[in-house]
Amino acid sequence: MSTSQNEAARPAGQKQGGFNRWFNKRFPMDKMLREHITEYYASKNLNWWFVFGSLALVVLIIQIVSGIFLTMSYKPSAEEAFASVEYIMRDVNWGWLIRYMHSTGASMFFVVVYIHMFRGLMYGSYKSPRELIWIFGMFIYLALAAEAFFGYLLPWGQMSYWGAQVIVSLFGAIPVVGESLVEWIRGDYFISDITLNRFFALHVIALPLVLVGLVAVHIIALHEVGSNNPDGIEIKEKKGPDGIPLDGVPFHPYHTAKDLVAFVAFAIVFVAIVFFAPEMGGYFLEHANFEAADPLKTPEHIAPVWYFTPFYAILRAVPDKLGGVILMGAAMILLFFLPWLDRSPVKSVRYRGWMFKLALTVFVVSFFVLGFLGTRPATGVYTTLARVFTVLYFAFFLLMPIYTKLDKTKPVPERVTYHD
Amino acid sequence: MIRKLIVCMSLLAAPGLVLAAGGEAHLERANIDISNEASLQRGAKYFVNYCLGCHSAKYVRYNRLALDLGLTEDQLVKNLMYTGERPFDTMDNAIPQVDSANWFGRTPPDLSLTARARGADWVYSFLKSFYIDASKPTGTNNLVLQGASMPHVLWDLQGVQKAVFRTETGPDGNPHEVFDGFELVHPGRLSPEEFDDVASDLTAFLTYISEPVQLQRQSLGIKVILFLVVLFLFAFLFKKELWKDVR
Repeated sequence: MSTSQNEAARPAGQKQGGFNRWFNKRFPMDKMLREHITEYYASKNLNWWFVFGSLALVVLIIQIVSGIFLTMSYKPSAEEAFASVEYIMRDVNWGWLIRYMHSTGASMFFVVVYIHMFRGLMYGSYKSPRELIWIFGMFIYLALAAEAFFGYLLPWGQMSYWGAQVIVSLFGAIPVVGESLVEWIRGDYFISDITLNRFFALHVIALPLVLVGLVAVHIIALHEVGSNNPDGIEIKEKKGPDGIPLDGVPFHPYHTAKDLVAFVAFAIVFVAIVFFAPEMGGYFLEHANFEAADPLKTPEHIAPVWYFTPFYAILRAVPDKLGGVILMGAAMILLFFLPWLDRSPVKSVRYRGWMFKLALTVFVVSFFVLGFLGTRPATGVYTTLARVFTVLYFAFFLLMPIYTKLDKTKPVPERVTYHD
Repeated sequence: MIRKLIVCMSLLAAPGLVLAAGGEAHLERANIDISNEASLQRGAKYFVNYCLGCHSAKYVRYNRLALDLGLTEDQLVKNLMYTGERPFDTMDNAIPQVDSANWFGRTPPDLSLTARARGADWVYSFLKSFYIDASKPTGTNNLVLQGASMPHVLWDLQGVQKAVFRTETGPDGNPHEVFDGFELVHPGRLSPEEFDDVASDLTAFLTYISEPVQLQRQSLGIKVILFLVVLFLFAFLFKKELWKDVR
């Protein structure tokens, strides 16, 4: 019996049969499964904060599948869009379930991604050698924001319409080209059927393609350098005689089994929202969006969906429109530079001093407070608060090179530890 | 470990919990029960008799009503359908849009989603808040929707009331007119308590038609969650067994 190199690398007792052998000679299925699943080693001490990456992938799949089914009954025209959504909700078999899964999925995507990013901040997952993973991840976040924004116009309710109107008009603040740019984006002098059609095209094909591509790049980069862990230790530096990291366990079956537990727990939360509170008190589905878009009637209070409200609060905290737009952009763009703003010799919050811990806490509190303020009218004390917390939000980034350098760090252990 | 998982997962619900706040002032709480079939049936009766002449509910199909409110097709046609529609038709109004726009100043809005857009409390309070206002062409105004072009359609049930205002000094030092309650000027066919019930039934019906599936989704949700809880148990025990030798 001849032994190819391919077969020698397989565990004993697993001989390749005729078809598998034929297939793998032509397509590296086994090789890819080994590299990314069965022989991809991730730290054995990963805690539950590390499941949100897999969960984000699960939500992406939910969104794509439910989106395909919605597209079968949705009509992207100003005349019919609103009625077609109600048709889905009332007349299409299980249409309400598909629609609620998609609307809940949109919000849960951001919940999961925000927690995933927070975990990255906590354990220094953006630091060398994972800068590119972080940057690809930030691009995913921006693509996701664009995807959500385009999708929100499609139900053609009052908030869809006026929310799009407010956000698109922000580009008008750009000097010289602003107004023509706004016209170019809308394809019209106001948000119209033309705008709806192009947003539909971007939402169902352009951005999903970009998202899926970026997710692939994000995961390839991750598997090249390896996953971080709660200790911020490079497990590849301590390998056994077999060349396997001593603190690593194969992604499958160990981490897949763990991710499965997280997935079922997540599914319980998800379906509880879908079946019992699909509007989530007006934050996942805004009440005003159950009124069809009326270009002649501006709502008294226009609030974006909750996942944009922190940035909306920053925008409104600045009295000048252009200044607000620049600051809102900066609030997102600054995240890209984290790997170089952070001068600490250690990655994980476990071995950092009080300064980073305080800064991270203040940052998270600011994000929540700004998120709340973005849902309120910008008046009086709310505006003052928004300004204070905008300053704190930016201080986290701008002062980072200083406090991470001054901060007293603790010695990082050689091998990963457990804290429970 | 499982405690940490619960903490992580409860974060998923955080935005809703943290942000759950707000709401309109001055609205009376609508004490409605969507699961009360008799109340929905009465609401449907009032709706087709008092509202459907001018307002449509164009996303609602008659036969869906029959299905959800426990009516046979025969009962449906005899009690709720007066203008020769077929059971699978949607609830359109009889009044031509051009005429209604001429008569009232605007086309009466479709009511399929009003309760969802404005809330049950708003609908309930609106129905109860018509008062005499000689300056209006209809002779009435509405406290919840100032300047409403809709006349007081339920006057013969509720009677006619006037709004009493008192003058108060506001925080800015200027006198303000503050609403102090309604006063029944001319009693209707029903007592105030009976009229409250009518308003409740109508509100319950409007709430139901704003999302018909709300009658079914909870009971299905319980089954799905029970299944997932069992699945969670298996997934958790499997993970535990698999990982027990890892440290």
